[in-house]
Amino acid sequence: MSEKVLMKGNEAIAEAAIKAGCRFYFGYPITPQTEIAAYMAKRMPKIGGTFLQAESEVSAINMVYGVAGAGYRVMTSSSSPGVSLKQEGISYIAGADLPALIVNVQRGGPGLGGIQPSQSDYFQATKGGGHGDYKLVVYAPASVQEMADYTIKAFDVADKYRLPVMLLADGTMGQMMEPVELPDAEIKEYDKSWAVRGTQMKREHNIINSLYLNPEELERTNFERFEKYALIEKEECLYEEYMVDDADVVLVAFGIASRISKNAVNEARKQGLKVGLIRPITLWPFPVEPLKKAAEHAKGFISVELSMGQMIEDVRLATECKRPVALCNRTGGMIPSPEQVLESIKKMLSEVK
Amino acid sequence: MTTQILIAGFGGQGVLFAGKCLAYEGLVENKQVSWLPSYGPEMRGGTANCSVILSDEPVGSPIVSNPDVLIVMNLPSLDKYEKDVVKGGKIFVDSTLIARKVERTDVDAFYIPATSMANELGIPSLANMIIVGKMIKETGIVTIESACEAMKKVVSARHQDMLDANIKALNAGYNY
Amino acid sequence: MKVFSKPQSLTDAPLHYCPGCTHGIIHRLVAEAIDELGIQGKTIGVAPVGCSVMAYNYFAVDMVEAAHGRAPAVATGLKRCMPENIIFTYQGDGDLASIGMAETVHAATRNENITIIFVNNAIYGMTGGQMAPTSLPGQVTQTSPYGRDVKTAGYPIKVSEMLSQLDAPQYIERVAVNNVKNVKNAKKAILKAFKNQVEGKGFSLIEVVSTCPTNWGLTPEKALQWVDEKMIPYYPLGVYKDKDAEGKGE
Repeated sequence: MSEKVLMKGNEAIAEAAIKAGCRFYFGYPITPQTEIAAYMAKRMPKIGGTFLQAESEVSAINMVYGVAGAGYRVMTSSSSPGVSLKQEGISYIAGADLPALIVNVQRGGPGLGGIQPSQSDYFQATKGGGHGDYKLVVYAPASVQEMADYTIKAFDVADKYRLPVMLLADGTMGQMMEPVELPDAEIKEYDKSWAVRGTQMKREHNIINSLYLNPEELERTNFERFEKYALIEKEECLYEEYMVDDADVVLVAFGIASRISKNAVNEARKQGLKVGLIRPITLWPFPVEPLKKAAEHAKGFISVELSMGQMIEDVRLATECKRPVALCNRTGGMIPSPEQVLESIKKMLSEVK
Repeated sequence: MTTQILIAGFGGQGVLFAGKCLAYEGLVENKQVSWLPSYGPEMRGGTANCSVILSDEPVGSPIVSNPDVLIVMNLPSLDKYEKDVVKGGKIFVDSTLIARKVERTDVDAFYIPATSMANELGIPSLANMIIVGKMIKETGIVTIESACEAMKKVVSARHQDMLDANIKALNAGYNY
Repeated sequence: MKVFSKPQSLTDAPLHYCPGCTHGIIHRLVAEAIDELGIQGKTIGVAPVGCSVMAYNYFAVDMVEAAHGRAPAVATGLKRCMPENIIFTYQGDGDLASIGMAETVHAATRNENITIIFVNNAIYGMTGGQMAPTSLPGQVTQTSPYGRDVKTAGYPIKVSEMLSQLDAPQYIERVAVNNVKNVKNAKKAILKAFKNQVEGKGFSLIEVVSTCPTNWGLTPEKALQWVDEKMIPYYPLGVYKDKDAEGKGE
């Protein structure tokens, strides 16, 4: 067992990526995720890897596309405005069925917004983000340890299914330090005969491409890709349930909001209120089943978010609108307090009684 | 048992570093810990603060809004956070830099001239660790031995002189 | 006896280019260079968005289709993870000099060890003849129907001249393929641009002044004349930067 060390969430992502065998990082500075780039700039040259500060987010993601096309583990990271810039490249990576990791340490928006933590890129991350029919597997870590663990997992899932994966964090998760253990990751080998590494005159040429001028062919590739997504929905959905079994009110929250919500659940339980929490760890695939199940006994749901309410739509869909779903939120870089969440709980209890 | 600590002062006073040391001290004692800094342009010469939580249970929210322990190293921080401290909480004031007293009567206030002590000891940049030493003494949150042990993890081996200076500062505050 | 044959580095796929378009010649010159250097098995090409978007079907090497303008960034990624492989991009004027200018300039200033074939025909061909960053002053296109007015649309960008101002790039030359002599020179330049990469010398860009009979509204023959009369006077042929000649090769 390796020793626990204190690390910032951003640094944990970077070190975990290296442990996962990622040797190529392309990025552009933006608060609050720049520690990832700084860490990579320091480490990569020492382990024979590549760190390159690209001329733009657009270039960075296209460099990622190049390395991904060659079948090597590769990543980029940014924060909200920069991730918007990357959307073009992410769509191409998805369209060419390439594995890659994209990290978004979110900050408040829209526009230049602010630099304080936010979860308002939920729609962008989970509903596609760029143009066209595609999805990313989206991990929402809620501790520094999970920042590391799901970075490693993300590389594996990306390779396994050949698709881009996103780690969706926020300013607090990136900046906070917690003890973290970084054991050596087991790196599974996947077939990469599709990669462009030169034909060596031994095979037909490989082509990395997302262009299909024949609509029937494009439709067929989209159908096939969505069969893969259906499999991922079945196999890769992750969530945590906390005191849900007897809960009258179920909070739904991810990342930093889930930690605040857990405090609120504990306080509510102390006051004799039956409250629980469902924490999606994958935002796509979204944990529909546990929510559906909880809707059988819970009287209401509260989506706790650092946004104007984005995940709440998925909560309503998952519970098939059988129960009221309220929003408890702050936005623009503000963070709800456990007290605010507790008030929402009490309000809902008084309404659903 | 969970202790929520807020450390605040000007950027450059080592507020974030002091918090990091506290977090490591908790780690040495096998506590659950979290450290969350303020970040952004405000860190360059403006006010800086960090939230530190030491607990026997997994840490929920890492954000400290109502600290059990408040350490302040400038007046704006005392003005801003005094009201947020929980009833019965403790406030540690660098009395070299803050002339006024704590107004609340439902908290314990401790005054230590950390900045002038640091100057006299020839470690002018370590007022932060002096005040941490005092805080450890008054709260018993960790032992002074753990605190000194933790410094070895925070200060890299290359800077042995800095390690000695930090331990000197911790002890000076502890024995004040 | 040497029989004229198709280069091995071209596939058997029939080219989709318009009659009289010089993309076919340029494809061939690239393929010949790859053949002659014996690098087919380790070469990876990056296709652009533009008329040559389907170049990935024509070159018998591993190929990547890039987003519009991003080929130099994609090539950078490929080269950085496979320094022993040979990476080239094949880009048009809209792709390289408009939407992808940042990628172009920064790949050049990093002296990225890649080869760029830049096909300049002063128009957007694939989308049906709109104004390009290299369209000539007064040139009539679909989006400059009264002729390119430099007061509102600005002046054409002389890519080779501009990039040669950078300290980093190894080799920048402008060639044309509108007559036999020019084709021979173009072949030499393209070969050198690949050879530079094999030798680890760095960024080489060959700007090839090309034609677009369809969107210029000219017969193939007249288009070739137009290159001589209009294009080359504005875009003079020649070597714009060669570190070898400067004695500064790295």
